[in-house]
Amino acid sequence: MATSASLSRTSDFFREVVAEAPVDPRLEACLQCGTCGGSCPSGPDMDHTPRALFAMIAAGMRDAVLRSNTPWYCVSCYYCMERCPQEIRITDVMYTLKRMAIKAGYSAQTSAPRAPGFAQTFVDHVENYGRSFELGLITRYYLSHRPLDALKMAPLGMGLLKRKRLDLSPRPIRQIDQLKAILDRAREIDAAAQLT
Amino acid sequence: MRYGYYPGCSLERNAGAYHTSLMAVAAQLGVEFAEVDDWNCCGATEFIAVNRLRAYALVSRNLALAARQTNGSNGAARGQLVAPCSACFLNLSKVDHYLSESPALTNDVNNALAAGGLSYEPGSLRVRHLLDVMVNDVGYERVAATVRRPLRGLRVAPYYGCLVVRPGFRERFDDPEYPTSLDRLMRTLGATVVDFPLKAHCCGGHMTQISRDVALELIRRLLKNAADYQADMIVTLCPMCQLNLDAFQESVNSMFGTEYRIPILFFTQLMGLAFGLPPAAVGIGKEFIDARPALARIGAAPPAEAEAAPKRKPRRNDQSLPLPQMPEEE
Repeated sequence: MATSASLSRTSDFFREVVAEAPVDPRLEACLQCGTCGGSCPSGPDMDHTPRALFAMIAAGMRDAVLRSNTPWYCVSCYYCMERCPQEIRITDVMYTLKRMAIKAGYSAQTSAPRAPGFAQTFVDHVENYGRSFELGLITRYYLSHRPLDALKMAPLGMGLLKRKRLDLSPRPIRQIDQLKAILDRAREIDAAAQLT
Repeated sequence: MRYGYYPGCSLERNAGAYHTSLMAVAAQLGVEFAEVDDWNCCGATEFIAVNRLRAYALVSRNLALAARQTNGSNGAARGQLVAPCSACFLNLSKVDHYLSESPALTNDVNNALAAGGLSYEPGSLRVRHLLDVMVNDVGYERVAATVRRPLRGLRVAPYYGCLVVRPGFRERFDDPEYPTSLDRLMRTLGATVVDFPLKAHCCGGHMTQISRDVALELIRRLLKNAADYQADMIVTLCPMCQLNLDAFQESVNSMFGTEYRIPILFFTQLMGLAFGLPPAAVGIGKEFIDARPALARIGAAPPAEAEAAPKRKPRRNDQSLPLPQMPEEE
């Protein structure tokens, strides 16, 4: 019966995921066909295929979903999204789950514990300078999240420096204050939405 | 032809060869790329993983600046914004697309932009990838007419990666699974295009920093596929793909016991060489895997000098006073 199928898909957690996506991800249309997982280049390394993860979201398995490495191993190649017969915005769901995992404090406990730190370090640099700063990103990410691996990255860094492919200092945009004002306003809008 | 130009962070330094070569090629073709003044990072694939509204506001600041600059003050014309980087192209076009779809999101984004005195109306720009402009606006005929030194004998694997061909939002211009526009462009330059079944598969993006094993396997597959079809080089249209395939090629070799030495160049570099520009003018020499031996074979670059054995400083055992020395050239 159609009603029971749609009821089973409307756990609180399911509605939360849909609401947090930038536009309607059409997640309720999932047929469980598995085209997504079959198309995924990092599928074999994921705890759960995207198909399984969507069933878990429908079942309200919040904890298991937000601890999964699946969203963090998504490489944003959009094969799944292109091939999905129901046109579900799968990649956007993956980004949404990453944000929810960070917000709920699960990020360090996922089975891909390095990924959230990398994303956060990248964002901090962009918020401070307006542009990405690779040397700073890699240095800070490795020193604060993976100190033992820092030496492994040294040859790559030296190779990039030698070929003049790495800046030694950031290049901030001219109107960094304008960008910061925009991002601060976005924070206020987010905070206001939390209260309602 | 005049376009707004969004270079993106990679082209400032890491993929400097892409920027240098596309500007050199544009000058030959009479295409003008006017850089968006004071643009900011598009957020890559990271920002959207941390916060939704801030990520959309970040990209929208670029769209607002570009629309103001290219559409003029009255906003009458629908200007065109060109991005050479696949990730930048995706983010700019996707945000524009999703804003058009969601008035609520547009409202929030414009509220945020207002704090910086900006606003953006979704759909007021055409966001396009550089390859699209080269093959559809400039066109194969005009490219062919500009070729001075055909790349005859060069076997090229055309690599599209993901974000230029997927997902199928507006301004997609090629097949999402088996694109061919870059193939045809390379043939127009006189090169031999090899079959490359993995041409639209993923290089792993940022995965080298998240899980090295997963990333190196994705890179290995692409290198193997190009080697299987005896490509002299892989040609790409994305800074991330270039970096992953080029800078991590040695890591792949040491992890899998392979001996790949496949140069990875940007398509604009090969356009420039075919137009008769010298290798230095299109940024040849910045790649980890030297492209010059392959280019020298077809006469598109001077033959590489025999690689000198690394000079060791002679041990000083004479007892005389040290004399001033000129620092050695790099």
